[in-house]
Amino acid sequence: MAPTNSGEAPLRSEHDIVLARQQVRRLTQELGFSLVDQTKMVTAASELARNALTYGRGGTMRWEILQRDGYRGLKLLFADEGPGIPNIDLAMTDGWTSGSGLGLGLTGAKRLVNEFALDTQVGGGTRVTITRWK
Amino acid sequence: MGEFLLVTIQIDMHDQLALKLQDDLSNTIQKYAAKGVLIDISTLGMVDSFIGRMVADISGMGRILGAETVLVGMQPAVAITLVELGLALPGVATALDVERGMALLRRKIDGVDADGANE
Repeated sequence: MAPTNSGEAPLRSEHDIVLARQQVRRLTQELGFSLVDQTKMVTAASELARNALTYGRGGTMRWEILQRDGYRGLKLLFADEGPGIPNIDLAMTDGWTSGSGLGLGLTGAKRLVNEFALDTQVGGGTRVTITRWK
Repeated sequence: MGEFLLVTIQIDMHDQLALKLQDDLSNTIQKYAAKGVLIDISTLGMVDSFIGRMVADISGMGRILGAETVLVGMQPAVAITLVELGLALPGVATALDVERGMALLRRKIDGVDADGANE
């Protein structure tokens, strides 16, 4: 599964969230995702980009086009250098939020994709990786 | 549109803009004593939890100010995604398009007037 294409975008402002959404839309269109699958990936990206900005004090979105067993997919990594998540179980509970959101970001994004990985350390930032296959 | 306000969201809004819209709309409802608000999102390709919450907040806030809100034109892909995200927008009235939304608003408002109580 050699990456054929990849790139990175900053998540430093609310406008960057919009740009990240547009970037993911373009990538999923290029990959030939169905409209529903495009929308799911764009929405998941929006949630995670906002999380990186709101809770992680900003970060980056790295994207990579994957190829595996003849299938193509899009992998997105949202990385921030924020405070990390002390209680992952709690953070992965629908409706729980440490801020003023709805608490649907992480759990909602997970439901919208095929693969989801959360790597976080208190004081060491948070990295969320999502993949959706065509 | 008489007693109704029509809001058409045509761009991919950043969060502050969504909040500003919410603010502007509450002021406009009050200024014109609007009885109904139609929010047309037919050109929106995505509604995430932030935008979803804004819509739900407008609906709740409008009700307190005496206006019913109907969300119209949501694309099927957006609806599927919203539900899977976990945001079913309880308490937000929806209709397929502006025309049906207007009809729904009329029924809601007439219903309130006739019965003297909310549905």
